[in-house]
Amino acid sequence: MKGQIVAGALAPHPPHLVYGENPPQNEPKSECGWEVLRWGYESLRENLNKVDHDVLIVHSPHWRTQTSTHFSGVERLKSLSVDPVFPNLFRYNYDMQVDVSLAEAMYEESKALGLPVEMMRNKNFRVDYGSIVSLHMVNPAWNKPVVVVSSQGGAQYYNIHVMQDIMTTLGKATKKAIEASGKKAVLLASHSLSHRHFVEEPEIPEDMSKEYIYNHGQYIWDMKMIELMKKGKMREFMDVLPDFTEMTEAETHGGGLIWMMSAMGYPEYPAKVHAYGTVIGTGNAVVEWQPQV
Amino acid sequence: MSEENQNNIIGGYYLPGLPQILLAPDKHAAWKKVNLAFQKVRDEIQNSGADLLLIYSTYWASVIGHQIQARPEPEWTHVDDQFHSLGEISYKFKMDAQFANSFEDECIDKGLTARTIDYHGFPIDTGSVVALKLINPDNKIPAVIVSSNVYSDRSETIILGKSARSAIEKTGKKAIVLCISSLSNRLLENTEENAEKIYSKKDEEWNQKVLEFFKEGRLEDLSQLSRQFHKEARVKKVNSYKPMWFMSSVMGETNDYDGEIYEYQTILGTGAAVVGFTPAPNKANQLEFDEESPDVYEGEKDVLGDIEFPERKNLSTKTDNSTGARS
Repeated sequence: MKGQIVAGALAPHPPHLVYGENPPQNEPKSECGWEVLRWGYESLRENLNKVDHDVLIVHSPHWRTQTSTHFSGVERLKSLSVDPVFPNLFRYNYDMQVDVSLAEAMYEESKALGLPVEMMRNKNFRVDYGSIVSLHMVNPAWNKPVVVVSSQGGAQYYNIHVMQDIMTTLGKATKKAIEASGKKAVLLASHSLSHRHFVEEPEIPEDMSKEYIYNHGQYIWDMKMIELMKKGKMREFMDVLPDFTEMTEAETHGGGLIWMMSAMGYPEYPAKVHAYGTVIGTGNAVVEWQPQV
Repeated sequence: MSEENQNNIIGGYYLPGLPQILLAPDKHAAWKKVNLAFQKVRDEIQNSGADLLLIYSTYWASVIGHQIQARPEPEWTHVDDQFHSLGEISYKFKMDAQFANSFEDECIDKGLTARTIDYHGFPIDTGSVVALKLINPDNKIPAVIVSSNVYSDRSETIILGKSARSAIEKTGKKAIVLCISSLSNRLLENTEENAEKIYSKKDEEWNQKVLEFFKEGRLEDLSQLSRQFHKEARVKKVNSYKPMWFMSSVMGETNDYDGEIYEYQTILGTGAAVVGFTPAPNKANQLEFDEESPDVYEGEKDVLGDIEFPERKNLSTKTDNSTGARS
């Protein structure tokens, strides 16, 4: 039976969200925080639980491999992840099963389309916190195998247009690999929208009276992009994306959403926006695309 | 610079941080040469009488101000995100937590946001790990590592260097300053045939220009060339090339140094230079100090905003409906 992409989600990865949840895996504990986004993830989880799926595939800008795309190729990855930027909020003990055969298939299909790619085979490799946060927020039970895909540096080495080309190709390869595998996959683009941070943290990190967007321009851009998602205008979204990325220092530069939209064929149906909220000044949206719905 | 101040800083080194230098030196002649140069640096440092290694690593990016490693004995098995196929680096380092706290205090006194980091499993960056394993293998000299803030620009980085300098003076440490960074930093794809290549001729020309300055010990002149170098030969992963701002600042904002190029090779497209600086008082008679030297950080000043839109401050909230312009 032909495999398929049963859903895709924009799944932002501020470690603050896991910190706010207080799962047993995370050492630091919070009083509260970023509830709107966390409730958005709850809503996303409810929807994904209704869809039969075998594997989660996450693309993260925090596994940065400058000149090529890498795929997780070790069956079990288990360690302590400490966020290099917010170590006070995120020290998380993770334990994930990797769908190595699907990762290898993605590697082969990408290679066949001319992309520079590598398999990651080191058992001591530490998974990036971006992937972990998105995977935890989507599936805190960790009961599905995953594939972790790195982000290469095309946007910085060349420009966002080159990155779009590379990620579009990666999306096509991903789709082909999933179809050939016979599996039902959920794709996760792990990143924020606008991405200018405040460089100071409140004394109580979860003090929501200190949480707001970095500037009005970022907010306007975020709303413009969300509007396009809601209207199912993802090809127009891709046309606007380079300007959006430049104007808001958006984390879309990592390529996750471009990859996911390419794999999903640029949906023309409305996306389900579960939540929008800021985290230390950045704009974050939890958004879902489900072809069946 | 007073003699007393200069004596506190024994010297400085500019070092590359790619893991090939530590994990696979025998695979390529260029990698081996850089590894051997690190061994020379190691011998010098171990015999220098230094009691502190102060590391500024461009491989450690921070967002919340400036982070300073203060865990007394951080321990981990490190695998590089990108070059994971080279294997693991097991480490247990010795940090000078007391100095880290003094450094933090000085940063805060000078208006910077700073904090110390003391967590098991914190991911010490590849560049710092490679350097410490090669130049301080027995942890004879305690170290301190400070991050490179992704948003900070010249004034903030200069003041970070001054904060380190103040902490060195106040604690009486005899310090060696280490900056971990490539010169040109465009990587080529990780293949055997790219192992010893430079990314482009332009990158090589700029590396050679910087090496000329290094050789003459012109730290402050290089500091002031940083923006140009960033524009010409660096991938724009952060907003500027900062290591020379930090290094010159902490070492006294002067060209009064002797420079020695221990090695320069190209590794997977990047420029890998091993360079040392020793104080040479009164060497530079004509200092080229063009830019201001701030002492306290007062935030970004939106200078360009005022120049481009001088009328901005006087804008009213009334909008002309026909043109959309504000009157």
